[in-house]
Amino acid sequence: MIWNPEKETLSRDQLSRQQTENLKKLVRQVYGKVPFYRHKMDERGIRPEDIRELTDIVKLPFTTKNDLREVYPLGLLAVDRDKIAEVHTSSGTTGKPVVDAYTARDLDIWSESMARTLSMGGCTAADTVQNAYGYGLFTGGLGVHYGARRIGANIIPISGGNTRRQLEMMQDFGSTILTCTPSYALYIAEFAAGNGIDLAGMQLKSALLGAEPWSENMRREIENKLHLKAYDIYGLTEIIGPGVASECEEQHGLHLFEDHFYPEIINPETGEPVKPGEKGELVITTITKEGTPVLRYRTRDITFFLPGACVCGRTCRRMHRLLGRTDDMLIIRGVNIFPSQVEQVLLRIEAVEPHYQLVIERQNKLDRLEVQVEMNDELFSDEIKQLEAVEKMIERELHSELNVHARVKLVNPKSLPRSEGKAQRVIDRRQLTE
Amino acid sequence: MIIQQISVFVENKSGKLHEVAAVLAGENVNIRALSLADSASFGVLRMIVDKTDIAYKALKAAGLTVKISEVVAIEVPDKVGGFAEVMKVMNDAGINVEYMYAFVEKNQDNAILIFRFDDVRGTLAILKDKGLRMLQAREVQSR
Repeated sequence: MIWNPEKETLSRDQLSRQQTENLKKLVRQVYGKVPFYRHKMDERGIRPEDIRELTDIVKLPFTTKNDLREVYPLGLLAVDRDKIAEVHTSSGTTGKPVVDAYTARDLDIWSESMARTLSMGGCTAADTVQNAYGYGLFTGGLGVHYGARRIGANIIPISGGNTRRQLEMMQDFGSTILTCTPSYALYIAEFAAGNGIDLAGMQLKSALLGAEPWSENMRREIENKLHLKAYDIYGLTEIIGPGVASECEEQHGLHLFEDHFYPEIINPETGEPVKPGEKGELVITTITKEGTPVLRYRTRDITFFLPGACVCGRTCRRMHRLLGRTDDMLIIRGVNIFPSQVEQVLLRIEAVEPHYQLVIERQNKLDRLEVQVEMNDELFSDEIKQLEAVEKMIERELHSELNVHARVKLVNPKSLPRSEGKAQRVIDRRQLTE
Repeated sequence: MIIQQISVFVENKSGKLHEVAAVLAGENVNIRALSLADSASFGVLRMIVDKTDIAYKALKAAGLTVKISEVVAIEVPDKVGGFAEVMKVMNDAGINVEYMYAFVEKNQDNAILIFRFDDVRGTLAILKDKGLRMLQAREVQSR
């Protein structure tokens, strides 16, 4: 079902007129209110009046994740402080967290885009949404919550974890829609199978899954095991949270909610737009956002626009399921990790060499991270318990930095690739791209 | 009465034990006693060899992590209760064993027990005059 037929089926002409007006307004607003953007525009010699058409967007500077960290906490604020209604942040595992400050109108738009998302997955006022995304600063939990409220569905705000309880609630309250990460959906299926709980007898009809990369094979597995339809949803804290793009009932590409989030695909090396249909880095401008608007945000996610109109009737463009990243960021159990963070931890620990290799596997449907660290004379003891203590100590340090458990494996000295050249530091065996 | 033992870190990966063995064979080093201790992800190979210095240098040169530890060797008759007698002495003296292993001697009716103690010298002093037959390095390394 189309949640907002008026907005979601605009003709391309109407849509682009609207986008142009909103972009011009946004640029005037941030130039006047946000020194960070004014400075960047001045540097390039760009004035707000230089942005007359949508294609002029390429004159605007990019915004990167680093920029967002540097302006922590509220350097992007484009409204008076008393207009902020809610704040969310990223986990901040790689430095200062990214802040998303919403005005009441921003929350309204977020509710709208999540209502569209949930409707694409078949949610109506008659449905019961079991929301297993984490509630709190993370945008997943409340984003889904606001969308389901807008629709008028029954919400079970169970948050993540406690799988036995998830299944009980599902059974006792007849949940029809499940929202969580794809790996958690599979874990729920495994847990049910292992505990003799029959999922075929549940009321579930769809699952809206996001916040980590997954594949078509995983979709089939989730659909078969949980007896529902699984939809890919996309979003990021830097833009709004979930509700940036989502699959419709056709499950063929994710519709971008272009009337609010203007997408471009660029060549990540040159920064130039790619030819139509070519793959590249997704760049998003929040053309209607008031609180902390973002100009041309480099998502680092690689995708391409699918050609033609979708048979569902929605006119906003579709992007292909994410194909990868332009940087080496890994997403493990919903947590973003950069390999360089591991190096930083190892550098801090005395006697440990800063050489490492990461091996990621999916075991029992959950991602497992192994960090291989080199043995050396200083660490070595001929007593097993002391070596195990070394492993445990490194594991503790890694956990406090990464917020995710990594198993440490000690390997022979000088056996790991060195940092010069194109060392293969990451072995990802999750097979997400098939 | 202190004996030098060679300990080598062995990654849990196929071929790694052979790597160590091949280095020693290549240097004409004879292994007199050996024990492999392991955890879920790695092992430690402990050995007493006839040419400790040569073995140490060769293993190092092969890029392995090697360490020399001091251990004590005690000879017991290879018969029922032989091990129990030794352990009773240790137990009575309140001695804590870090680890141990044993091997039986060729053409003799004796077994040799290799012990690693936290404080080797202090322990030796306690064990002196307890009627145990503690072996000299050359007795273990080159018989």
